[in-house]
Amino acid sequence: MHPVLKLLTQRIALGLVLMLAASVMIFAGTQILPGDVAQSILGQSATPQSLANLRAELGLNDPAWLRYFRWLGAALQGDLGTALTNKQDIATSMGLRLGNTLFLAFWAALISVPTAILLGLIAVRYQGRWPDKLISGVTLATVSVPEFLLGYIVMFYLAVKFRAFPSVATVYDSMSLGEKLNAIALPVIVLVLVVLGHMMRMTRAAILNVMQSAYVETAELKGLRPFTVIARHAFPNAIAPVVNVVMINLAYLVVGVVVVEVVFVYPGMGQYLVDHVSKRDVPVVQACGLVFAAVYIGLNMLADVISILANPRLRHPK
Amino acid sequence: MADTLLDIRNLRIEATAYPPGEAPRDLVIVDDVSLRLDKGRVMGLIGESGAGKSTIGLSAMAYGRGGVRITGGQVLLNGRDILAAGPAGLRALRGREVTYVAQSAAAAFNPARRLMDQVIEATLWHRLAGRAEAEARAIGLFRSLGLPAPETIGNRYPHQVSGGQLQRVMTAMALCPKPDLVIFDEPTTALDVTTQIDVLAAIKTAIRETGVAALYITHDLAVVAQVADEIMVLRHGKMVEAGETGQIITAPRQDYTRALVSVRSIDHAEKPPADEPVLRVEGVTARYPGLPVDVLRNVSVSLDPGHTLAVVGESGSGKSTLARAITGLLPPVAGQMRFAGRTLAPQLAGRTKDDLRELQMIYQMADVAMNPRQTVGTIIGRPLEFYFGLKGAERDARVQDLLDAIEMGKGYADRYPAELSGGQKQRVCIARALAAKPRMIICDEVTSALDPLVADGILRLLLDLQAREGVAYLFITHDLATVRAIADSIAVMHQGRVVRYGTKSEVLAPPFDDYTDLLLSSVPEMRLGWLEGVIASRRMEGAGN
Repeated sequence: MHPVLKLLTQRIALGLVLMLAASVMIFAGTQILPGDVAQSILGQSATPQSLANLRAELGLNDPAWLRYFRWLGAALQGDLGTALTNKQDIATSMGLRLGNTLFLAFWAALISVPTAILLGLIAVRYQGRWPDKLISGVTLATVSVPEFLLGYIVMFYLAVKFRAFPSVATVYDSMSLGEKLNAIALPVIVLVLVVLGHMMRMTRAAILNVMQSAYVETAELKGLRPFTVIARHAFPNAIAPVVNVVMINLAYLVVGVVVVEVVFVYPGMGQYLVDHVSKRDVPVVQACGLVFAAVYIGLNMLADVISILANPRLRHPK
Repeated sequence: MADTLLDIRNLRIEATAYPPGEAPRDLVIVDDVSLRLDKGRVMGLIGESGAGKSTIGLSAMAYGRGGVRITGGQVLLNGRDILAAGPAGLRALRGREVTYVAQSAAAAFNPARRLMDQVIEATLWHRLAGRAEAEARAIGLFRSLGLPAPETIGNRYPHQVSGGQLQRVMTAMALCPKPDLVIFDEPTTALDVTTQIDVLAAIKTAIRETGVAALYITHDLAVVAQVADEIMVLRHGKMVEAGETGQIITAPRQDYTRALVSVRSIDHAEKPPADEPVLRVEGVTARYPGLPVDVLRNVSVSLDPGHTLAVVGESGSGKSTLARAITGLLPPVAGQMRFAGRTLAPQLAGRTKDDLRELQMIYQMADVAMNPRQTVGTIIGRPLEFYFGLKGAERDARVQDLLDAIEMGKGYADRYPAELSGGQKQRVCIARALAAKPRMIICDEVTSALDPLVADGILRLLLDLQAREGVAYLFITHDLATVRAIADSIAVMHQGRVVRYGTKSEVLAPPFDDYTDLLLSSVPEMRLGWLEGVIASRRMEGAGN
């Protein structure tokens, strides 16, 4: 077997094991929450008899491991159960929300990843000079400001003062792409500002690390332009760390946008999760946890895969 | 003069040093050096580390490595002062008129890109040729440099070719844009002696065929004598003397040059064999965990008390692995080792404190073998405490004795390793080994990282200590000149086996086996025409077979 294939198989197998472990933890976590599902459905005035009936109906009297496997088996077949609060199918209602979240994350990533890498390259090119200091300073500032505050600042200027974009990012299926993009402009701006700094600073550090190498000197002594040296000789050797930080930020764009979604009243996964946590809707919380874990593990696995493929020693063994 | 290519006038180069805990100060790296190189000529720049030879070489590209500043003088290339060229002017010159071959090709090639792309990069960048023509040129250079599979080797990545091949590819990379001047910065220093001779011959042929001028930087006078038309000797950033190659090596005018020429002329008579050896290695076979290859195969050697056994071979021959097996770091899978009349446990953990004390080791890289945060006194005093329980004034007195033994005076006990020169660091490591009063010391390439004159001093010290203390050395080296200087017996290793073993006079006398012959004939000799002679005689043998 080609060594790369072997490594990739190992990484993917490891990802699946991690996924399984995450599902156990999610299930266990919701089990140790105080309170009783049947009680919370029927309310305080329920009779002991109706509580017992409902418990039997929901299978709550079975041992935990049996309920875990029943839940996992159903989830693997796409059946995430029914929400306790509104009796709707979780997979259907979450699918819509997940689509919205991915839509937002996609546009934020499309803007932030190339910008971060380009700014990183520029910062290295002008290391220690004013463009580097400006880029580093501004991105550090945007990372440091809490995202909800950033959200309200952006809203105040772009929505209220200049009326460039709507302050509430509501999207419907019937909207055209242009209308949707107009609607999500503000949350995209906030998300870009939040993730840009981290990715740009890591790109800068990873390339600067490589700039000490002898082969960078070789490239300089060929008479190449400084930016060509960085882009052609330094950056390809800094791909692995850059990809890792990019993936962590992409995962954040999907998993960590709860606050931004709430600020802009965006109908995504974050809002959905927050709503149902407050209503103690355990099956929905479990399902959201599972999806978030899958996104997180999947993206990190992808980062590992790209890092492996970017290594010429692994791709082209002796 | 019409055909002057490079004219360096009164060059002065400075750098700023930042010693820990002190104010930064300026150092003069190169002081008032002038040289003139005509078109198509090769000048050797020779000197020890710190002599400023690489710095001068790079100044021909107006390049200062690591914060080095050219603060005075002129560098005229083809009549233009390149120090006044400005960034764009320098970029137009680098990689086109002047190119560079670095010491470590393994580090100087970008690991993420194919060799061909890197070899023709400067040619394409400066628009000297189209891709097809540049590749054809590169393949021609690969062929004349004797690289295997010249048509396809360019498709490989740097990690897929050997160190010697990579150094030749780097030479091709430097010659591809057809420059006027190539700077060779110690291009063979990192190579094995048998590889060095091939690369050296390839470089010499390429220089002759292309008619390019070259600055050839090295610390090895015997090497530079083979390729240079003229030689400049440098020391501490100043010129010592300059002249035609023949004059420098046969009739040096300065004492320093004379010392360089006569280095390694230690005369060491072989000692008579003893009754009972201090170390006997019998049929030792070893492999690294997880690898199916035997790195040592059925190795048997012995070492008499107070004698020196030199273990020679190229990198990968298993000589350092033998040291790891003897010290217990890599327990052998077969065979046994007897030391001072007792059987050594294969595992380090199974050895007694006396085993540990009587078997000491000195390493190649003295700087990394010492804790940078401990003083010399602490470093040498540690074995005194550990093995003999010495404390306080008693310990300090013994440390001072040891410092005297390694010819380092008072005041060194309070210094840190960073405040010592390379040779002094190695001396401290020797003192640390001696502190344990060992019967035997394993010396693993202890002089390879040092300049020739400094290495000479270390070897003399080791011989002197052996005469006084009666300690035996297992001396691992790839340098046959060192072997001649110090060995009583020699084991030649190749691919994990001992291919030749005996007293020095036996091993170094014909008839030779093929490998020993190759090894011995590859050691550069300090005379003109040596390289041609060896290459010609190898061709004859090749034709005769």
